[in-house]
Amino acid sequence: MCTWITERIDAKGAARGVPEWMNVTAINVMYDHPVRAPYDHALLLDFIDPARGVGARVGIELSAATARELVRAIEAALASPEAVSDLAAQYTTDPHVETSPNRSTSVGV
Amino acid sequence: MKEAILAEFVGFTGHRGDVIEGYSARPLGDSPLPGMVVLHHAPGLDPWSKEVVRRFATEGYACVAPHLYHRRGPGHWADIAAAGRAAGLHESMPNDQVMGDVAGAAAYLRAQPESNGKVGVIGFCSGGRQAFLAACDVPTLDAAVDCWGGSVTPQAAVDGKPASNGVIGRAPDMSMPLLGLFGNDDANPDPAQVDETERVLTELGKDFTFFRYDGAAHAFFVTDKPVYRLEQALDGWDRVFEFLGRHLKGVQ
Repeated sequence: MCTWITERIDAKGAARGVPEWMNVTAINVMYDHPVRAPYDHALLLDFIDPARGVGARVGIELSAATARELVRAIEAALASPEAVSDLAAQYTTDPHVETSPNRSTSVGV
Repeated sequence: MKEAILAEFVGFTGHRGDVIEGYSARPLGDSPLPGMVVLHHAPGLDPWSKEVVRRFATEGYACVAPHLYHRRGPGHWADIAAAGRAAGLHESMPNDQVMGDVAGAAAYLRAQPESNGKVGVIGFCSGGRQAFLAACDVPTLDAAVDCWGGSVTPQAAVDGKPASNGVIGRAPDMSMPLLGLFGNDDANPDPAQVDETERVLTELGKDFTFFRYDGAAHAFFVTDKPVYRLEQALDGWDRVFEFLGRHLKGVQ
């Protein structure tokens, strides 16, 4: 059913995106120098589809405090009964989650 | 100060004959001109890096900044840089590839009709380390400026980062004067690492000058970030142009 529950937080950051829908097949998360956001370091999120080239990317740069609040907002949204139910199902039946590593850490230097 | 400059994207032959994109600027109407190769920092060939290229043109240099992530394109520079950063430094900017691109950029500048035959290199952040390495591995250059290049000296494994050998081992082959600018509040390179680089270069009898700034951390020239430090940056740019004027323009 529709949940109609929105977690909204104030934010400090920057983003660039794509004009139309794109598939997201991977997400890169870094805490490093941002390009646009006015911080020396920021939480960098890249929602990407590498098979479609480097331009298939929604890039988001958030202050550390904004990123922390976003984590809390996501966790709050995922506490809804619908999300709890979906999580249980996806962690047990989603073949992607079941059969392939869905998280990795690489060090770039 | 040169008021009239031309800024544009150019192509030149880089490592292994690859045609590389570069951002170029030069003053109009003057010759002969020394050349400068600018090595951008890890966020890519961004607006600040392009400002640096234009600054060199206003100071009387023909300048080109190789797009060091070029091979991961085509696309917008920010998307290309994001892909390169995610792949990691060693995959997106391997040393031999960058050195080949620097040598190609120097050859491009020297081939221009207004060239005075002298070409230097300056790099920032990861580009600072690459400029240090170029002083050792690209003998066609005439002078090098390392701005807070990290991982020049060996690094112990820390906080999940693997150990690194650095590039200081190449220092015996350094064949040109080196200028280094560093912030004393920087963590990479930290003051002890800059001490170690000084020690090695002194032992080897190399021609180098380091300026180390209190109240400054990493990237203190970068005007669009909080780390910018006005006084230190103004003095640092004066040091850069004094050094390059001496070695590339023959100013005493």
